[in-house]
Amino acid sequence: MSDEGAAAVAAVGAVAERIEAERSHLTDLDSAIGDADHGGNMARGWAAAAEAVEDLEDPEPAAVVKTAGKTLLSEVGGASGPLFGGSLVFASTELEEGITAETAVAFAETYLEKVQDRGDARVGDKTMIDALVPAVHTFKKSVEVDDMTPVEALAKAVAAAERGVDFTVPIRASKGRASYLGWRSVGHQDPGATSTLYIMEELLDVATDNVDAPDELPDHAESPTIPDGEVTED
Amino acid sequence: MVGLVVVSHSQTAADGIAEVAGEMGGETRIEPVGGDGQGGFGTVAGDIEAAIHDADDGDGVVVLVDLGSAVMNAEIAIEMSDAEAVIADAPVLEGTVNAAVTATGSKATVESVREQAEAARGVEKL
Repeated sequence: MSDEGAAAVAAVGAVAERIEAERSHLTDLDSAIGDADHGGNMARGWAAAAEAVEDLEDPEPAAVVKTAGKTLLSEVGGASGPLFGGSLVFASTELEEGITAETAVAFAETYLEKVQDRGDARVGDKTMIDALVPAVHTFKKSVEVDDMTPVEALAKAVAAAERGVDFTVPIRASKGRASYLGWRSVGHQDPGATSTLYIMEELLDVATDNVDAPDELPDHAESPTIPDGEVTED
Repeated sequence: MVGLVVVSHSQTAADGIAEVAGEMGGETRIEPVGGDGQGGFGTVAGDIEAAIHDADDGDGVVVLVDLGSAVMNAEIAIEMSDAEAVIADAPVLEGTVNAAVTATGSKATVESVREQAEAARGVEKL
């Protein structure tokens, strides 16, 4: 098993554990503005995904991500199945050459594009897009403009996703089941944005554990060039 | 012959719609699929893909859907499937009945069946 493949398997396992731990929290968030199934559905799906990737004979990153996505598709149900699982399946092909800064950016962009195509949501609709768009844009900019390592860039992206989750609290939902609530959705945190953040936090954890620490931190490690609050480029 | 797949969040609803449309659709193959696969409400892309496979005899399939995630999961099922399949943007019961009738025609194609399913959007009841 390659190191990258092992890391990918570990990442799916870490996400499964985290989602299980947050299961009732996610369900509480979803019961406020949805149908209270997000925690249970996601926990079931990720647990099955963790099992499925353990069974892979040759777990290269693309195969691990694709298997996890397919399992989520069949186990999660509702809109989260196609949004989380379907997007992983399609984005997995970007990792066929392994995980580098370049392929990670391509993966993140394809994943975002698939979620947007499928869910037809924009920033401000109070969905997972509110966490995902700033995260992906920040990741790309950190790698391509600020020349950070993928792990540094991922840390920046997690911070951006966190701000995105906070941003879902005061706004009114205009997509998904929460949109039926109108103004009553205001004041509630979006469950899909929240689980997206948890997934990214676990990816960062596993990525940090699996990258050899550089001998010397590059000068730009504390680069302040990512403007806070900038969420869209399109 | 063009086949049909009826996707609902409820397996019971999908079965019932297929039953009603089957009364009008003669030999048309209509595959109902619904539920989350665990006895609850929902839709599952893999199950829809299997239904498309079953409904297809080589002439393609028109997929009728109810709400929300049924659309997303049907889209994914179509992307996974080898069959020529399209979603009809139509009310699920009326659209399925129209589609079933149209599919019995000797010149029916996926496009003509979808068109007639979508024509059900304009049907007035009063």
